[in-house]
Parts: sequence; structure tokens; C-alpha cells
Amino acid sequence: MSINIIRAGILDTIQDTGRYGLRHLGINPGGAMDVYSALLANIIACNDKNDAVIEIHFPGSVFQFESQAVIVITGADFNPTLDETVIALNTPVHVNQTSILRFARPITGTRCYLSVSGGLDVKPWMDSFSTNLKANVGGFNGRRLGKNDILPFKNKHLPSEEKIIRALDLSPDANSWKTLIFSSEESMFFIRGPEWDILSEESNSILERESFIIQNSSDRMGYSLSGTSLTRKHQEEMVSSPVAFGTIQLLPDGQLIILMADHQTTGGYPRIGCIITACLHLLAQKKPGDRIRLKECSVTDAESLLIRQQEYLSTLEKEIQERVIEK
Amino acid sequence: MTATFPYRILPLSDSSMLIDFGNTISPEINDRVLEAYHVFSSYPIPGMVEAVPAYSSLAVYYDVMKVRDLNPGILSSFQWIKKEIENKMLHPVSIPASIREIMRIPVCYDLPCGPDIQMVSEKTKLKPVEIIGLHTSKTYRVYMLGFMPGFPYMGELDEKLILPRKSTPVQVLNGSVGIAGKQTGIYPFDSPGGWHIIGRTPVKMFDASREVPVTIDAGTEIQFYPITEYEYQHYQGGNS
Repeated sequence: MSINIIRAGILDTIQDTGRYGLRHLGINPGGAMDVYSALLANIIACNDKNDAVIEIHFPGSVFQFESQAVIVITGADFNPTLDETVIALNTPVHVNQTSILRFARPITGTRCYLSVSGGLDVKPWMDSFSTNLKANVGGFNGRRLGKNDILPFKNKHLPSEEKIIRALDLSPDANSWKTLIFSSEESMFFIRGPEWDILSEESNSILERESFIIQNSSDRMGYSLSGTSLTRKHQEEMVSSPVAFGTIQLLPDGQLIILMADHQTTGGYPRIGCIITACLHLLAQKKPGDRIRLKECSVTDAESLLIRQQEYLSTLEKEIQERVIEK
Repeated sequence: MTATFPYRILPLSDSSMLIDFGNTISPEINDRVLEAYHVFSSYPIPGMVEAVPAYSSLAVYYDVMKVRDLNPGILSSFQWIKKEIENKMLHPVSIPASIREIMRIPVCYDLPCGPDIQMVSEKTKLKPVEIIGLHTSKTYRVYMLGFMPGFPYMGELDEKLILPRKSTPVQVLNGSVGIAGKQTGIYPFDSPGGWHIIGRTPVKMFDASREVPVTIDAGTEIQFYPITEYEYQHYQGGNS
């Protein structure tokens, strides 16, 4: 029961929803960039929500299955094919023994998630499967996946693919999650950060009026943005202070950087805002060259949007689980 | 409880709050931060994820859904957590004495362990032996960990050693001991870094196989002592 990697991708790692409780030691949570898609991949595969998934960037790894399996791919559409036949996203797919999974070309998004029904059999480090490339811990030997790596998956008694598919089709809004994931939406909501007041009056109107382009140097640590240079009221040096996934920092040259999943635990640049959690999965699927706009919202609105998203996932999970058991 | 310092409580993200004592490096204020950290980590708020201390601020991260589940009927997790933090901040507890213990860390200041010591010597007009003397002459408080797993931000350096950080980061080896501004620190991993590297310790700053993978905690007092390159190569102990 395993998947072999017969060609390495550019940056494919084992991830989950993150490693928490160690930030005071400088150990960041890491985890999937697009947590929403990672959760969805596990929910549709009838796995535990926190099971390990493979986060795949383009060009992705080429996988060969040593045994049959049911897999789910969510997030970016890299035109996945199974033995040369295109397979659908966001739905359980039956895989035959020796089948080869490839990702042909990037159509939408930046990273996709692969889950295997039953769950990948990798060892957690500090209660999480996510790969910390800085400390070389977690995931698969603390590193990105390479050629000839063998990823075992758990030998559980699994609901068959048909059962899962039937369960999904029975659900009243069977296809609605498919539309939830992708949107060409440019607007990212943010709340004001601790150093919001450092922005000059003029800059603070530029922030919402103009758009910003994601730079080539953007990666799992952060997205560098380019746009009209923002000015500040004073040039005071800041002592290091905690940051979060989504924190928008103002750099000395007037440009912005948005901290992403592999961000450091603390930073010394003014935190003018933070992208709301409910928008992070959209941002995580943007790529260098894409344009985004920043729109301010209240913490209460940010919370309502997050709750709606989480309740949607919980309902979907419950329905799938119930219907799989019923049949 | 000693003197009180004013602080602000404000959102850092839609699922974390910052308790901010102002933009300063001071042992008294860092004590308040560590006291607060101790309160939140020993008596967590239901639905809280973790608390993270820094120089003069503390972040409290929470799970919006968990806060709601554990406290049915609340209107907003944010408002509720803010109230809870305000209440907890009124009842600080003292920092456990064990944290205040002095940890001695051996450092080899010879080449190739301290590649920047010559440059620091030129800029400060101090002989290498004087730099070593000043660096090992006092104990440093670990104000916080950050930047990378297990990286301790320590201070404050003797004024004669204060230099701005390098304009562009260069590759630094794990165990390297650096100085920048009023701070000194140890790189647990090979990494690009902008601090001036004056020595290297054989003590492992990070070990994934340990229950607590990081060697130095925020609040610890560190004293460096010089060792020869031979002792560095043949180092067998932990820290003493």
C-alpha cells in the first residue's frame, strides 16, 4: 500500500493544517498554504481532517501507485491525468495498481493537494505532519519529496469509491464546494494591524485605491507585492514582535510583503494589517504576476466569513460521513 | 508585582490579539511580558491556541470556532477573548525562578569559528581579545526566541560592541554567535544572516529528538565563556 515517486516535482511536501503550540520557541506552524483545499481533500476522501496530504507545485511529481487506492485532488488545476486520462478535481477517484498520476499543465491556481483515502502513513513530529524545511523535521524526513521516495498509506477498511461518490451526489448542494474554491477575485479583505497608524494619510488611501502585483520572489514564506511606494509618518525602528499568517508588513522601501504559511514567528517591520483567514486560501492560489486589491473590513466581519466557511466544511464532512455509513 | 507599565490590547489578525507594551528593549518591560506569558500558558483561556512572548509584546492566538464551541452564546470570539485577556492582565503571576537560572555556553572565538571578528575589531578599534573579554564579561537576558526555531535574541551588549547589521545577509553556519546593534544571538541552523559572526558554539541549539527541541528558553540568563578550537572540535558535554 504505497505511492512511489518516479519523477520529482519542483516543491512537493507533506502538509497538514499546521503545527501549533511551539511558536514561543521560534517554531512556526507551517502547514498547507491553502488550508481550505487541504481540509477539503481529506473530507472528500473520508479521512480525518488533519491527516497528511501532499502539497504539489507545478511542475509536480509523477506518482506511481503500488496498490489500488481512492484519491482526491483539490486546489489548483494542473490538469491531472491518470494513465493519460484526465481526472476531475474535488471528487474521489479510483486508482488501479501501477497507475501513473501526472500533472500536465497549470490551468488555474498555484498549489494542489492530494489525499489518499485512509490517510498517508507518515510519522508526525510534535503532533503535526507538516514539513518544516528550515529545521528539517516533520513530513517525509523533514524534506521535499524526491525521486524514488515511497509513501505508504494506511491499510484501513475503506468505504469504496462508489460509496463516497454516491454520498456526495446525495448531498443537497453536491457541487457547491467546487465553485467555492476558485474565484478570479482580486480583492483580499484585511483588518488593520498594530502599526496601521504609521501609514501617511496619502498612503492609506492608496492602499485601497490601487492594486498590487505579486512578485517573482514570492514563496511559501511570503508574497512580495509591488505597487505605488507607500510612505510613513515616521521612521522609528521596530523591535521584533509576533506576526501571523496573513500579516501585511511595510518594508523600508515602501513596498508590502504578506506573510504566508512558512513565515517566521516574529518580525521587525511595521504590521499595517492582516489578510483575513477566510481569504487566505484565495491568496494562496495566486501566483507571481497576479494582481490583488486590498479591502478593509472589521474583525467582526472577518470572523463571520470564517465561521461561514468552517460551518460549510463541517456540514459537508458530516453529510459525507453519515451517507457513507448508511449505504 | 512591581511597577505597572501601560499596554494596548489590539488585534494582530482575525484570530490573534497583541498585548503591546510599546516599542522598547528593557528588562523591566520584558519581565511584564514574561509574567503575562506565564499567566496565559499556565492558565489558558478556553479556545486559546498559544501565547508567544517577544521583547515588549505578547501575542495570544486563538481558534475562532473553538472559542465559540466552548463558550456558547457569545456574540464574537474576538470581543470575548479581548475581555478575557483584559481580565487576565489584571492578575499577573511571577515568573518561575527556574527560568532565571544562568546557563553557561562555550564559544570558540578563533578562526574559522568567528569569521567576522577581524572586521569587528577594525570597526570598533578593539583587539580581538578585548572583544572576547567584553562579550564574555556579562550575562545576557534571552528576551525572546524568533527568526528561526530556537534562535535566542539576547541583550544588551556592551556599548563598545554596538555595530549596525550587515547591509546584505551572508551564509552563516549553525552554532554561530553573532552581534548586531545591542543584541547578540546564536544561529541554530545554517542560514543567511546579517549579524556579525564573532564565534561559534558546539552546543546544539535545536534537537528534534528531544521533548523540548530547543535548548534556550525566553527569560534565561546566558553567560558565554571562551574555548579553544581544539576544545570546540572535541566538545562532548551539553551546556554547563
